[in-house]
Amino acid sequence: MGSVGAKEVPQLLNEAGRRIDGRGLEDLRALKIEAGILNRADGSAYVEWGDNKVMAAVYGPREVHPRHLQQNTKAIVQCRYNMAAFSVDERKRPGLDRRSQEISKVISEAFESVLFVEEYPRTSIDVYIEVLQANAGTRCAGIVAASVALADAGIPMVDLIPAVAVGKIAGKIALDLKKEEDNYGEADLPMALVPRSGRLVLLQMEGHMSRPELEQALDLGVKGCLKIYEVQKEALRARYAVRSTEAPEVAA
Amino acid sequence: MSDEVTAEILTTHVLDLAKKGRRLDGRGVDEMRPVKIRTGFVASADGSAFVELGPTKVLAGIKLEPGTPFPDTPNAGVLTTNAELVPLSSPGFEPGPPRPEAIELSRVVDRAIRAAEAIDLTKLCVTPGEKAWVCYVDIHILDDGGNLIDAAMLAAMSALTHATLPGERFGLGEDKPLEVRHLPIETTFARLGDALVVDPVSEEESACQGRLTIATDEAGNVCAMQKGKVGAFSPQDVLQMADRAQVHGDRLRDQIRAL
Repeated sequence: MGSVGAKEVPQLLNEAGRRIDGRGLEDLRALKIEAGILNRADGSAYVEWGDNKVMAAVYGPREVHPRHLQQNTKAIVQCRYNMAAFSVDERKRPGLDRRSQEISKVISEAFESVLFVEEYPRTSIDVYIEVLQANAGTRCAGIVAASVALADAGIPMVDLIPAVAVGKIAGKIALDLKKEEDNYGEADLPMALVPRSGRLVLLQMEGHMSRPELEQALDLGVKGCLKIYEVQKEALRARYAVRSTEAPEVAA
Repeated sequence: MSDEVTAEILTTHVLDLAKKGRRLDGRGVDEMRPVKIRTGFVASADGSAFVELGPTKVLAGIKLEPGTPFPDTPNAGVLTTNAELVPLSSPGFEPGPPRPEAIELSRVVDRAIRAAEAIDLTKLCVTPGEKAWVCYVDIHILDDGGNLIDAAMLAAMSALTHATLPGERFGLGEDKPLEVRHLPIETTFARLGDALVVDPVSEEESACQGRLTIATDEAGNVCAMQKGKVGAFSPQDVLQMADRAQVHGDRLRDQIRAL
């Protein structure tokens, strides 16, 4: 994809069916999530996922800025996905480009689909995602981090939403593409799942997939999301384990 | 507040209708509005198409100019897609910098054209690394009757299919038709309760619990997808819509080819 007239395509899959980093087709990159890492934010989380480093913070529900966006019947969800200038090989011009604005929009819609926004009319729930180091799959890493940050902020929601990208490399459907696989692969399909309902709240796709491949990709993505979901819950448990050991002191 | 109340009443009405398998304009769940396409609408463009999807009106114009290839793709021409929600098309659109909806529209159309490899960009290269054709696809939304994505995509592909590479104007050989390799078509669905309706009108878009756009090509591939709006779809929903998108896509491809 996007490799029109580009250099030679590297070998993405070896004879043994291993990927460039040694993973199998259905393996995730190493994922580490930490909740509650920022002091000022109402909720926060840090995600290291392969070579991605992403931080998310949640503020709110709070007053709406700009005011005219305020809605009388529900909270609005304003997500801002931003990439640091130094997060990619070639310096990215700071600020929100069109790609970031589109991603911010679809992530906002994904979260509004699971938050109980009717509980907080005339407010805004602000979700900030900062990509510090990027290696494909940053929107998914951002959603994974922001889900945990929203839970850390104590905002009621239907469920955490894990997210992952499924792709196609060397003609095979593969989970969680890294940069080279994304650049030279044949398709990329990021998705975010509500595990409780089995439904997708974010779904995008680019490339070529036949109908059977699409079915296989959705299936593999759901499986991947369920694995990520466990890591998300573990991060929250770890965060609250710290609090419960602190609690007796406060009580005494 | 009264706007909110009317919106609420309309939403309830749209959802109630959907429960009975009916729609505001009397269409069936899988029935698209009639599509009218007029190519060559704008003489100053190198290709153009005026598309009506029911009441939705969209005009796409193609301009081809020599420019410089991107450094990372020295052997390829450049494709740029831009959609503008001009203020004359809806009371909700205001002049000013593009809003997220307009950016999403441009990018979703651009993604489908690119991912389907509709244009062989290497054929637009004149001198590697120095000179290549830049193909501008500019889409003007003139009347917003809902489902702008599908209308914009139809206009873009109809205009590209009937565009001319203006070699003579720039001293780059004879004029010749722009070569279009594949014909991707986007089909958009909205979830209204349990119903997945194709080609939503504005009121259905406001009431919907999730919108999904699927681009298909003539070989039966899915080339692009975009979920929009608040709401969710099960993987089974997605596959069902992919099948329906292929049928609609094939029918519209025939219509464009027959122009």
